[in-house]
Amino acid sequence: MFSNFDFDVVRRALPYLFYEGMTFTVTLTALAALGGLIFGTAIALMRLSGFKVLGHIAGVYVDFMRSLPLVLVIFWFYFLVPYIGQWVTGASRPISVGAFASSLITFIMFEAAYFSEIMRAGIQSISRGQPAAANALGLTYAQTMRYVVLPQAFRNMLPVLITQTIVLFQDTSLVYVLSITDFLGAASKVAQRDGRLVEMYLFAAVVYFTISCVASFGVRRLQARIAIIR
Amino acid sequence: MIEISHVNKWYSPTFQVLTDCTTSVTKGEVVVVCGPSGSGKSTLIKCVNALEPFQSGDISVDGTKVNDPKTNLPKLRSRVGMVFQHFELFPHLKIIDNLCLAQQKVLDRPRDKAVTKGMMLLERVGLKEQAQKFPAQLSGGQQQRVAIARALAMDPIVMLFDEPTSALDPEMVSEVLDVMVDLAHEGMTMMVVTHEMGFARKVANRVIFMDRGEIVEDAPKDDFFGKPRSDRAQKFLSKILSH
Repeated sequence: MFSNFDFDVVRRALPYLFYEGMTFTVTLTALAALGGLIFGTAIALMRLSGFKVLGHIAGVYVDFMRSLPLVLVIFWFYFLVPYIGQWVTGASRPISVGAFASSLITFIMFEAAYFSEIMRAGIQSISRGQPAAANALGLTYAQTMRYVVLPQAFRNMLPVLITQTIVLFQDTSLVYVLSITDFLGAASKVAQRDGRLVEMYLFAAVVYFTISCVASFGVRRLQARIAIIR
Repeated sequence: MIEISHVNKWYSPTFQVLTDCTTSVTKGEVVVVCGPSGSGKSTLIKCVNALEPFQSGDISVDGTKVNDPKTNLPKLRSRVGMVFQHFELFPHLKIIDNLCLAQQKVLDRPRDKAVTKGMMLLERVGLKEQAQKFPAQLSGGQQQRVAIARALAMDPIVMLFDEPTSALDPEMVSEVLDVMVDLAHEGMTMMVVTHEMGFARKVANRVIFMDRGEIVEDAPKDDFFGKPRSDRAQKFLSKILSH
């Protein structure tokens, strides 16, 4: 059934697909995961801080982000960020923000909502005696979080965090709405140029599948290695 | 060293856990706090280093008021060692790092000095060989001895023990008590919540008996074991000493 297909188009497009497309996808995934984790941890700490106002703000933020489709947020943010920039800096014209910066900010903000819930569960999984012991030794709240609670929460949650990052890796393909050349965007461009839609989309699917599968397998190996012995 | 005066604590408007508790621990004294479960003895000892808040009364440690909002609590706590019922070692850190963390981060001791101090204390509790292991690789008794060493690494002026042997298998109780007896003989000021009456008889200067959030009896050791004045203390003693 594949006799009509020309898989050589894939071979010819490989440098473009990977150097341009995959580099973008991986960079966006890595930066968004890192930013989302930092921002998300901050939100989780706000929610658990005991200050009602802070917790409420964080809660509303998380619920808001999780109630919107990602595509919509990406699209909406791309057009909104220049105006927010203008408002913040007081410039006379909308600030021009590149598609990459815009999508990165969007993904960080969106992922932060998910990562914060993961970190919150992780922090709550630590028994109350641990921060009590750290406090009793004279560690401040910040030190207790940094050296005692968060390292344990992070280790407990690492499998879930990486799984969420794998989902993020797939979700980055949604930047196609901004006509950005990520991996899927690159494949799509070649597909339309050469009229080889089936071949290119099939290949893209195989690549996403392989990378995600290998990553999932890696998570299990890693988990066994770094899990805290209890 | 520790002054507790008229401390009241409520968990809710109708549930009072501590009622007008007044007592003190002087320098070099070993005070054992005992009483039936739910009598508030753990809560009282946790109030001493402000791990538990209380609503009225005063507690001061070495002249510093614990319940004063202006008090630098981390600084105060760093001078008060505490040992918990469930050890609470940090499971993600090696034994030696458990001992070094607060030395380095709170006292700003350089790493090599902290390690030297840590190894010295581990040797003292007989666990020098375990320094590179993780807490979960040690038995309960060993973990509790590490926890005592961790508290001592801060050079505390007083040590609080919150039921240090209650979570241990019976054969491990004595190894922990031995360390505590040594500490007492060296002149450490200690406040110990425990049911180990043998320990109390051996090293305590005073025994405090609590029931339903009140300090019912606060007497020198010999008086307490010889002729407890209250009915409740007599009943309690007859129950736990009858075996």
